[in-house]
Amino acid sequence: MSTLETTPSLVALAQGLEADTLAEARRTMEVCNACRYCEGYCAVFPAMELHRQFSDADLVHLANLCHGCKGCYYACQYAPPHPFGLNVPRTFADLRRESYEAFAWPAPLARLFQRNGLFVSLATAVALIVTMALSTLLISPERLFGVHRGPGSFYSVVPYDVMVWVATLTFGFAVLALGMGLRNYWATAGRKAIGWKSLALALHDALTLRHLSGGGHGCNDTDEGFTQGRRWLHQAMMWGFLLCFASTSVATVYDHLLGWIAPYSWYSLPVLLGTVGGVGLTVGSGGLFWLKLRTDPEPLSPRNLGMDAGLLALLFLVATTGLALLFFRHTSAMGMLLVIHLGVVLAFFLTLPYGKFVHGIYRFAALVRDHADCRAGDSA
Amino acid sequence: MIQDKLYDVLVVGGGNAALCAAVTARERGASVILCEHAPRGLRGGNSRHTRNLRCAHDEPTDVLTESYGEDEYIKDLLRVTGGITNERLARMTIRESKFVTPWMYENGVRFQPSLGGTLSLSRTNAFFLGGGKALVNAYYARAEQLGVDIHYDTEVLSLDIQDGFFSGAEVDSRGFGARVRAKSLIVAAGGFQGNIEWLKEAWGPAAENFLIRGTPYNRGRMLRQLLDNGADPIGDPTQCHAVAIDARAPKFDGGIVTRLDCVPFSVVVNQACERFYDEGEDVWPKRYAIWGRLVAQQPGQIAYAIIDSKALDLFMPSVFPPVEAGTIEDLAGKLGLDAAKLRGTIDGFSGALRPGSFDSTKLDDCRTEGLDPPKTHWARAIDTPPFYAYPLRPGVTFTYLGVRVDEKARVQMGDGKPAANMLAAGEVMAGNILGKGYLAGTGMTIGTVFGRLAGEEAARYVNA
Repeated sequence: MSTLETTPSLVALAQGLEADTLAEARRTMEVCNACRYCEGYCAVFPAMELHRQFSDADLVHLANLCHGCKGCYYACQYAPPHPFGLNVPRTFADLRRESYEAFAWPAPLARLFQRNGLFVSLATAVALIVTMALSTLLISPERLFGVHRGPGSFYSVVPYDVMVWVATLTFGFAVLALGMGLRNYWATAGRKAIGWKSLALALHDALTLRHLSGGGHGCNDTDEGFTQGRRWLHQAMMWGFLLCFASTSVATVYDHLLGWIAPYSWYSLPVLLGTVGGVGLTVGSGGLFWLKLRTDPEPLSPRNLGMDAGLLALLFLVATTGLALLFFRHTSAMGMLLVIHLGVVLAFFLTLPYGKFVHGIYRFAALVRDHADCRAGDSA
Repeated sequence: MIQDKLYDVLVVGGGNAALCAAVTARERGASVILCEHAPRGLRGGNSRHTRNLRCAHDEPTDVLTESYGEDEYIKDLLRVTGGITNERLARMTIRESKFVTPWMYENGVRFQPSLGGTLSLSRTNAFFLGGGKALVNAYYARAEQLGVDIHYDTEVLSLDIQDGFFSGAEVDSRGFGARVRAKSLIVAAGGFQGNIEWLKEAWGPAAENFLIRGTPYNRGRMLRQLLDNGADPIGDPTQCHAVAIDARAPKFDGGIVTRLDCVPFSVVVNQACERFYDEGEDVWPKRYAIWGRLVAQQPGQIAYAIIDSKALDLFMPSVFPPVEAGTIEDLAGKLGLDAAKLRGTIDGFSGALRPGSFDSTKLDDCRTEGLDPPKTHWARAIDTPPFYAYPLRPGVTFTYLGVRVDEKARVQMGDGKPAANMLAAGEVMAGNILGKGYLAGTGMTIGTVFGRLAGEEAARYVNA
């Protein structure tokens, strides 16, 4: 049984979540718990079996543990048109989105999850307009459209201080907001004690996307058939993102600590990491978007499509503008490409805590709790 | 649209046996049309509600532990059927069952490595990953890939049979009448448990109160057609497999979640607040199948399992919450029972209890003395509020009446000879092997083995 039924933040949580989504999730889990045919698919069903009743916090945990592989929808004898009309992936997707809203920090910005596709699109458009407008106003055409070579060429277009301060402030705020969201999440749907072992196991699950393997045979990416496509595309995207992040981190060390000024050669570590990462990110985000267009919409939440597509589009833009900048950095297009890339990255940082990106944080938390719950169950 | 062409094989039905037959016949080069009465979303008959199949195996496999030999399997089978089994067909099915899981895997079915839940059948039964609907999905995908012509929402209305020879069928396909011409016929359309009128022939008006655990599309039309055209019947026409399920379940298709496992820890009364059978006679898996009949014999075909809060966590959660009350009298009120009479029954039960040490995991020594009927295990006082009740009704799983077949799945005619071009597989012939009772997972074994046999035989016949 959950240890969290009395957690005070539950009241606040319940106010942030729509009652009917919680009620539907509870009804769904009660039917599932009496059936249990899906227990081979993922971690959600064994976690469900630890309960007889489901508190709001348990449901939020299970919803965030769900990776949306959709195996349980196609295997469900109670899926529509059965009168029980169960749709676990869609119900959990709705509850996840509402939980993102409930845990968002600061609270007034939580509403950005309601029409998230619109928000991400507008934020991107505004960030691009502002960066492009400011650069054309503040940077002389000779610099903006000139050919630059050698160390410091990026900074001759956008000054070093501007880049560092804008990046530090926006990314720093994003990290803070994500951290506060995680804190809110854990206070409600986490558990008191976790061990290093649970953390390590959760990290393993996250890095291998174990639960997108649908019990070993893949997900229902587009229909009843099982494939590993979505898992590999997500891997390409996630590892691509991590490589790009590593590239930026290495470059920061080069630039600020070692005094090696960007841009770097093709065979330097930041460029290699960034190129491989950028390609992975492009293929992954583009491929996932393509899958989303082809897939059976029934097990998806229509209300999440904007949020899902928003992050995919933004990551695709970050990667492609970054790669374009790399390939054309010695031409007169460099200035404008740099401005566009920075604009997209700015939009990405600004929307980071208020978009689909948070799923990675909360799902990891859910995986940690799941391993801790299982280990507690084993020793009990 | 159904094409106006002469198919090699018409498969009637859309569950496990039908799909195994269609895939097998098509793999052997036959042109196959499959007519499934249900729409696509409800395809698969009762297979949709299954979860595993029972397989013999001489050593551990990737999906089964230890070993389960032919002799042990047949012994288990004969025990539940009380010998009402064609042993030759049963032994053949069991021997074939050793080879089915690799074939199923090749055709897209995935199995669960081992089972963590409450059932401990991993030695005898292979569990489908995701259950029977996932299995059905895999077979349909395979059949489509092979080029089987699949028609949903298509009910076969009548078969053209002359002197035991099949030539075609009248069908209703999405509301339009059509005729299917085929050289051979495989009937895998299940029993008749979805047909309440037919059930009433054996059970009278009581059948109106039966719930049907599976598909509403098993109406027995093909079974009736075969019997009317001279097929030799097998199995008791008056019998069905029925368990006690939650009375609040939907009329059809409630499936596994309507199951109730509380009976051994409860006191079960009928509408007159009287007990009628030993609730603790044996562990539930060995007794649940008799309770359908027991409840069917009660007035109004309803009963109530009553427990107190001590027992609530001893059994698998069921989908409907129990009726709850602070006193037995209030509980009676909520159930529409006579409060004084229910109080009397509970008091009478409590007064007959012998001291013992309760253990839900084995046949313990908590029993009644001087009570009729007695409760021989797990008998404890119903004294700790809140009190809970689950209403029970008979839930019909399948019917036993079928057509006699031979070891090639050919329908046996009344003259003792096999039909030339008519085959049967699945529930419609399961009575050859399962004449009585049920052994978990054998329905799917029979369906898979005979489905494949029927497919092979149909292909052999048309290629000859």
